[in-house]
Amino acid sequence: MTATVDAPRLLELYELMSVIRGTEKAAHDAFLAGLVKGTTHLAAGHEAVAVGASAALRPDDYVFATYRGHHHAMARGAAPAECLAELMSKATGVCQAKGGSMHLTKASAGMLGSYAIVGAHLPLAAGAAWSALLRGTDQVAVAFFGDGATNIGAFHEALNLSAVWALPVLFICENNLYMEYTPISSVTAVEHPAADRAAAYRLPAEVIDGNDVVVVADAVGRAADRARAGGGPTVLEAQTYRHFGHSRTDPATYRPAEEVQRWLARDPLDVASRRLSELGVPDQEITAAAARAAGVVADAVAAAKSADGADPAQALTDVWADGGHQWRT
Amino acid sequence: MADLITYRDAVADGIAREMRRDPAVVCLGEDIGAAGGVFKTTVGLQAEFGPHRVRDTPISEQAIVGIAMGAAMTGIRPVAEIMFSDFLACCWDYLANEIPKMRYMTGGQVTVPLVIRTANGGGLGFGAQHSQSVENWALAVPGLKVVAPSNPADVVGLLASAIRTDDPVVFFEHKGLFASRGEAAPDGHVVPLGEAAVARPGTDITIVALAATVPLALAAADELAGSGVQAEVIDLRCLVPLDMAAVLASVRKTSRLLIVEENPYQGGWGGTVASIVADEGFELLDAPIRRVAAACVPLPFADALEDEVIPTTPKVVAALRDLLAY
Ligand SMILES: Cc1ncc(C[n+]2csc(CCOP(=O)(O)OP(=O)(O)O)c2C)c(N)n1
Ligand SMILES: [Mg+2]
Repeated sequence: MTATVDAPRLLELYELMSVIRGTEKAAHDAFLAGLVKGTTHLAAGHEAVAVGASAALRPDDYVFATYRGHHHAMARGAAPAECLAELMSKATGVCQAKGGSMHLTKASAGMLGSYAIVGAHLPLAAGAAWSALLRGTDQVAVAFFGDGATNIGAFHEALNLSAVWALPVLFICENNLYMEYTPISSVTAVEHPAADRAAAYRLPAEVIDGNDVVVVADAVGRAADRARAGGGPTVLEAQTYRHFGHSRTDPATYRPAEEVQRWLARDPLDVASRRLSELGVPDQEITAAAARAAGVVADAVAAAKSADGADPAQALTDVWADGGHQWRT
Repeated sequence: MADLITYRDAVADGIAREMRRDPAVVCLGEDIGAAGGVFKTTVGLQAEFGPHRVRDTPISEQAIVGIAMGAAMTGIRPVAEIMFSDFLACCWDYLANEIPKMRYMTGGQVTVPLVIRTANGGGLGFGAQHSQSVENWALAVPGLKVVAPSNPADVVGLLASAIRTDDPVVFFEHKGLFASRGEAAPDGHVVPLGEAAVARPGTDITIVALAATVPLALAAADELAGSGVQAEVIDLRCLVPLDMAAVLASVRKTSRLLIVEENPYQGGWGGTVASIVADEGFELLDAPIRRVAAACVPLPFADALEDEVIPTTPKVVAALRDLLAY
């Protein structure tokens, strides 16, 4: 289903990206206010990758993301309120406050987890793709990962095995130029950390504009079509940039001001809104979508703040499939 | 006399029975297909179930276990083989961080019904990187079930439970037992996880053993029987769930406890058993709890050296005599 995104659809995607942006800002504020403990890795700036990919995927496809995964959870259908509640240690959190920011998961929407060991989830996505083949469905699985993950063994093991088994899996790198605080270019032998490695596994690869939701939707749509038709995996390297630092309150002073400005000028929300204007969508419809998004976020913040805290009884549940934690008689 | 079968053949038999019963059960691992596994524990599976359900993999331990996990999360019941348990270190992230935590940290949204089978333990002279007993590694991780059978019928019965449970299981097959023979498992044989077996009833001292230390314990018990001592041998069969009720019930009878384990003393599973008995069964005891475990050194190559390090029947007999004389 190669997505040629029409104006009404693009307006929906714009609104969803705006919801994600607003939620990420709210998460940042909540962190500064002491309402979020531990850490967050915000995806503001990466919205087009998640929303574009989701637009091209089916509800029964599988998505695996990283600790920088709020956008993927929401793009697949997790509500902003349950995501913020999770960050704020509330009982209504999407993982009952047992996961936290780094592990947002919405299994009922095919969002099968956010993983905080760099690269570990690439084989998992391959496994979900293998499962689809074994069960005779034409589902695809997608692993989203950072540029830094391309230098870990699991990346290479997953690409090779997926290629050899022709698995319906998409490997989508969100190349934001940095790992934590160090540029990926300073530790990687090739220019395009994901795409340039694909050839070693005889996989097709594309470097795409990760800040243009239409470009992402089209590329993911093509790759998903090929995977469903038995054509095997694709590597996509989406070039993007984070608007916040790596985590918590990192001011990201290691990034040159000129570089930051250049990328902020390519804000995925602006790119989408320019496209909407070009398609003849009136300004007031675009503004109205942004306003609706702001309303959704405000309601979500209020709901998360007013929710009950995590239930201590939950600490000892769900180790095992029977719901319990017993390990001895 | 009932049919005898090797421990090795019981592995393939146990897997095949589950694959016949449930089309969602699949196998993957290095050399497990046409080659039948380096220990010949998967002989005949690919011929019967085809290359899609019995799949050879590259030498990619992370991919093997990671793919198994992703498949398990989406409706498949994979049985992944890691050739030697030492190689679990190459994919330990999956056993320590991914597989056991996924259900918990998603608030129960996801289950991971998989089995990781692996050849564990010493006695075959494979040297330090192919001989360790590492069941204590898995025991240290909340969220993994840990199984280690001592005889062919238990291999089949415990494999059935391990594959059917919706929880992740690490299934340690002991290399030193592969050639051993025992009664074949009857049709439909299922051994529940977490139920120890009384491998030999007795009244005078309890020996708690696992996998290859069960035959050691039985041999030592036989030796002592000549001098009128009746040792009871408890085969734990699983470390998680751990059947402490069976251990405590035996100690209630015998008042003496010897634990025989092949993993190192330092951090070995016997420490957990001993601490529970000390805590909950202190007044049952007439003697200290003793552990015969591997020395805290890497496993050496030569038999004469390896015997110094891992439990042997003479070491078990000596420890039993000591405790009985206390
Ligand atoms: C195996 C592993 N090593 C190191 C870390 C610590 N760490 C967390 S995020 C990160 C940077 C990852 O960079 P990248 O893959 O580019 O993702 P990004 O954060 O830019 O989205 C590092 C080193 C980790 N979580 N896992
Ligand atoms: Mg990065």
